[in-house]
Amino acid sequence: MANMSKTKLPIPEQDPLVRNSNFDEVALGYTEEMAVEEAERCLNCKNKPCEAGCPVNVKIPEFITLIKENDFEGAYKKIKETNSLPAVCGRVCPQETQCEALCVRTKNGESVGIGRLERFAADWYMKNVDEKAEKPTPNGHKVAVIGSGPAGLTCAGDLVQLGYDVTIFEAFHKSGGVLVYGIPEFRLPKAIVQAEIDKLLELGVKLETNVLGGKVITVDELFEQGYEAIFLGTGAGLPMFMNIPGENYNGVYSANEFLTRINLMKAYRGDYDTPIGVFKNVAVVGGGNVAMDSARCAKRLGAENVYIVYRRSEVEMPARLEEVHHAKEEGIIFKILCNPVEILADDRGYVDGIRCIEMELGEPDDSGRRRPVPKEGSEFELEVDCVVMAIGTSPNPIMKDNTPGLEVNRRGCIVADESTGQTSLEGVYAGGDAVTGAATVILAMGAGKDAAKAMDEYIRSKK
Amino acid sequence: MYKITFKKRLNEQVVQMEILAPLVAKKAQPGQFIILRVNEEGERIPLTIAGYDREKGTVQVIFQIVGKTTLSLSQKEEGEFISDFAGPLGKPSEIEGVQKAIVVGGGLGTAIAYPYAKALHDNGAEVDMIAGFKTKDLVILEDEMKRACTRLHIMTDDGSYGGSGMVTVRLKELLEEDKEKNSYDLVVAIGPLIMMKFCALTTKEYGVKTVVSLNPIMIDGTGMCGGCRVTVGGETKFACVDGPEFDAHQVDFDEAIRRSAFYKEQETKAYEAHKCRLEEMR
Repeated sequence: MANMSKTKLPIPEQDPLVRNSNFDEVALGYTEEMAVEEAERCLNCKNKPCEAGCPVNVKIPEFITLIKENDFEGAYKKIKETNSLPAVCGRVCPQETQCEALCVRTKNGESVGIGRLERFAADWYMKNVDEKAEKPTPNGHKVAVIGSGPAGLTCAGDLVQLGYDVTIFEAFHKSGGVLVYGIPEFRLPKAIVQAEIDKLLELGVKLETNVLGGKVITVDELFEQGYEAIFLGTGAGLPMFMNIPGENYNGVYSANEFLTRINLMKAYRGDYDTPIGVFKNVAVVGGGNVAMDSARCAKRLGAENVYIVYRRSEVEMPARLEEVHHAKEEGIIFKILCNPVEILADDRGYVDGIRCIEMELGEPDDSGRRRPVPKEGSEFELEVDCVVMAIGTSPNPIMKDNTPGLEVNRRGCIVADESTGQTSLEGVYAGGDAVTGAATVILAMGAGKDAAKAMDEYIRSKK
Repeated sequence: MYKITFKKRLNEQVVQMEILAPLVAKKAQPGQFIILRVNEEGERIPLTIAGYDREKGTVQVIFQIVGKTTLSLSQKEEGEFISDFAGPLGKPSEIEGVQKAIVVGGGLGTAIAYPYAKALHDNGAEVDMIAGFKTKDLVILEDEMKRACTRLHIMTDDGSYGGSGMVTVRLKELLEEDKEKNSYDLVVAIGPLIMMKFCALTTKEYGVKTVVSLNPIMIDGTGMCGGCRVTVGGETKFACVDGPEFDAHQVDFDEAIRRSAFYKEQETKAYEAHKCRLEEMR
């Protein structure tokens, strides 16, 4: 008998006022009993609308059915058939706009907690099963993946399963891309990312860290070295600034820098050397997930007041609802319909305030969202000693600048076929934020997956 | 892990090291930099490439012990390893077409300036190198510098060796002597920000093109963090990808000096704490 509760079974979480001063994971995950109870809410629809919402087509009703049957290992393996990073996706996918948005249960209540169940299955497997991965039979062909973020890891994972000799090149000293430098520990524990990467290495994927693809090793050199196809998963790493006065004062960070210091370099831990400022009042500019992550990190570092300064209203915020909700619970102060016009500093050049102007919503713009318009004479100042700019990123031009013939669009994104990732160069494929501009982990994974398939077909067709 | 294949103390505070990093050595060019991490808990610091041997696959760095990271690095011995060594990063120096140049190095900056002088000299340019130090005991790389230029001018602040005074004293003299001919087509200044600022002010009077190499705070060195922002000609540039070399007459040095001091307090604390621990261990 299905569980007809109209609401998702809540996932246990750390108390907001405790967690806002630690970096431990916020959501604690379902127990076995809870998972089965939530799984019972799935009606196992014949036409499976949820699956159409998943960029990697996870077999959703099938894995949920296995959870219902207490076959947690089977559930994990079912997810894994199409999704190489279930523990990651279960945590950071925007399920509410993808699979869960299409769930029939939303017609009369909340959707099934698909993300929470995915996470449960992945965590259960990681905790209870210690299975050595079996190395696939080598097919004798070499491929290269540049960038070890979600797109690159997925692409590498699929190719190694097909028997390819895969080498990933990563510019940083640690692999994982945005999963390790961007998304904070309290949302995605780094041990989980590392476990997923370790599994790939067990399967035989080679990892070369400290190699900046495009510059230290070029696409042409990789071909010369016998790689037959190359995937570019170089992300959107270039931070944007507002170009307002005062952006170079001490205490102004790009969200990339702020988060990288904290997440990758572990500046929040006393046993690591990378410094981060000690701030009392922090303004984070932007309304996306990166802004929420930055604000919540600032709070955890001990700031008394942390503001989100966003120029549109809350409805237009690109951040996941859950993240906005979590941020509010943790005491982040939302200054919506406000836009910074200048950053202020003391006579030594250290930030001591941010001048903002109130906004109102006018006619819709290109993005379909109502355009924010400044309200004349409404300027005000917030007293802050740190400003984090979380207004977006664009693809890093290093790959483009060092790869003759690689076509990019006017935003600097690599031009690639939507279904195959094929770029303007033969044998070179691309996917993820490098192609789309800053987007989601799961879209990048979907692109990595499609490219892996296309690369396999390309190499086979050459034989 | 990257092996240290050679280590030499140039003076009490300055250490020269060669690191086995064939990929970096293969691509390295004068003016570029690397980013290294000593150990797992370490920070990432940029160091300008002081030299490289493509055959041996080694890259040379020269650094001054100024904080915890450089102190830890200085304690590593030949045959030991450091965690990470990434590069080459940044744009190479532009030396083509230069016929007569002055290369100014200050303190540790001489270690970075001398390969620049050498590259120009090897490329056929007539090079005056001015190397400035606080005092005689701190003079480094004298023989190397001599070989890397046409005329070497050593200056010490206290006059204990070479000429007396700041590098700008000699710089001004050279430019003044050359005023009629106006034959220098490039001045390169590498050293503390304050020295580069005054070199830029000096050469500006004579209208000689001047280049400085900046080494600001950065994390990734690939354009990702923007921590190395510097204002050049009124525009924000990222030293890691747009530089590290810039037109000295366009650089906002006061801003660069201010930004470079951002973590000073924390760095001093970490350095002192680390030194104390080392002394306790002794």
